[in-house]
Amino acid sequence: MQLYLPIAEVSVNAFLLLGLGGIVGFLSGMFGVGGGFLITPLLFFIGVPPAVAVATGANQVVASSISGVLAQVRRKAVDFHMGTVLLIGGMAGSGVGIWVFQWMTRLGQVDLFVQLSYVIFLGLIGAMMLQESLRSWFRAQKGGPVRRSHVHTWVHGLPLKMKFRASGLYISVLPPLAVGALVGFLAAIMGVGGGFVMVPAMIYLLGMPTKVVVGTSLFQIIFVTAFTTLMHAVTSQTVDILLAFLLIVGGVIGAQIGTTIGVRLKAEQLRILLALLVLAVSVKIALDLLLRPSELYSVVPGLLP
Amino acid sequence: MKGAVLALVLMAWPAVAAESIVAGLSQNRVSITADFDGSEILVYGAVKRNAPAPEEPIEVIVTVEGPSTPVTIRKKDRRAGIWINTEAVQVDAAPSFYAVATTGPLRQILTETEDLRHRITLPRVIRAVGAATDAGGPDDFIDAMQRIRLAENRYKVLQGAVEFTEQTLFRADIVLPSNLTEGEYRVRIFLTRNGRVVDEQDRVVGVRKEGLERLLFNMSREQPLIYGLLSLLMAAGAGWAASAGFRILRS
Repeated sequence: MQLYLPIAEVSVNAFLLLGLGGIVGFLSGMFGVGGGFLITPLLFFIGVPPAVAVATGANQVVASSISGVLAQVRRKAVDFHMGTVLLIGGMAGSGVGIWVFQWMTRLGQVDLFVQLSYVIFLGLIGAMMLQESLRSWFRAQKGGPVRRSHVHTWVHGLPLKMKFRASGLYISVLPPLAVGALVGFLAAIMGVGGGFVMVPAMIYLLGMPTKVVVGTSLFQIIFVTAFTTLMHAVTSQTVDILLAFLLIVGGVIGAQIGTTIGVRLKAEQLRILLALLVLAVSVKIALDLLLRPSELYSVVPGLLP
Repeated sequence: MKGAVLALVLMAWPAVAAESIVAGLSQNRVSITADFDGSEILVYGAVKRNAPAPEEPIEVIVTVEGPSTPVTIRKKDRRAGIWINTEAVQVDAAPSFYAVATTGPLRQILTETEDLRHRITLPRVIRAVGAATDAGGPDDFIDAMQRIRLAENRYKVLQGAVEFTEQTLFRADIVLPSNLTEGEYRVRIFLTRNGRVVDEQDRVVGVRKEGLERLLFNMSREQPLIYGLLSLLMAAGAGWAASAGFRILRS
């Protein structure tokens, strides 16, 4: 069944969109990430204009994060104090990101900018995650000593310290603010929630206990992506509500199946699979940038200001 | 004086009265609704004659032209190992859609002069008026736009696609793609003989988003804040419903 999308102005098969949403939802249910880093390139691929894909992707992440965070709140696994601090940083980062996005759109380099961000961030995070998960997998096989979860670093020497009771931390607010700003920035330019950056940063940089990380990350992602969606809707008018609706419906069903399968797999195996997936997306986009394109020219509606 | 009038009448005679077009369209509006997946316009008609047809055969050309919009054409170049957009050419007005269907090869049934006057072939139509550029000659860029849009089915050259029976009845089916731009689509029908235009007719087809598409599009432009909030509300509702659904299923 073909469906005409009013903002993207393309006709797309509705079941294809439900399927895309479903696959991404499946992965996000399995790995506990929003899935924005997958949905945006997939939307490019089926012919949705990049600007619409980024803005609508953010809207879809709002839905999956709300669904996830509600489950975490019931488990009391959300640190609202930490979430709020991250959020303040996130808003600032998101505002800057939207501004940079528009500036790049004017320069005609927005596609390049988005693609480069994908390659760099997905590549880095993927490699780090793969290395870490492989190491812990081998350690689990050998049955060696477990690494200390809480290490004191230079991060703990910064001023403006604050108590985060749910995380059991007494640290400066500066690192969480910085992490939040970075994630907000990425959310705005890449249409992603930033869970794949936020989760490792909270564990390794801030030293938060793993059980509150996912919930807290999701909690702040809701607001950052909601803010991003709203900003895109107002400034560039690129949110396609019909597209978002189909992706969300597919995603919700996929997430349910993903969660059921996810609990049967080992944590290390899951992380290795996710790392490989993230790396694959990054390599694919890197190749697009490095190989000679088959068509050097592109036609974009509208004039440069 | 009398001689001058007679001469004028004689000069105008062959073009005006000998053969003319009687034409119709299958529809004069196209609605883009939620299930829109392209459309087809049937242009049909007949050649009306007051006298027996001359020896040389008559030919039919049908063009459909979508609303013109400004476009920017960009070119990628390799800089520091990666392919990035470098040069750009701006075109003030390029048709968003253009199809030309004929009874025969355009080169044979239309002269250069007539093409210049009526702007019928694709290069004549899209040749930019005052294309601004920060690079060299914009010709490569215009050619690239023609190539890309032909590949996208936005531009079509359908030589021999007009069915023409007994030098009298003609019909052409023009397929409109699903990525249409809203606006007035101008349909022109030409009769040519020996490469010269004998008669011409104009029709207009209105293409508009309707129903849900219209509502959502207008809202996103006129009430962007409310539209954005509505998108969020939908996302929140779906997220909550999913969470509630999971709980019921698990227990």
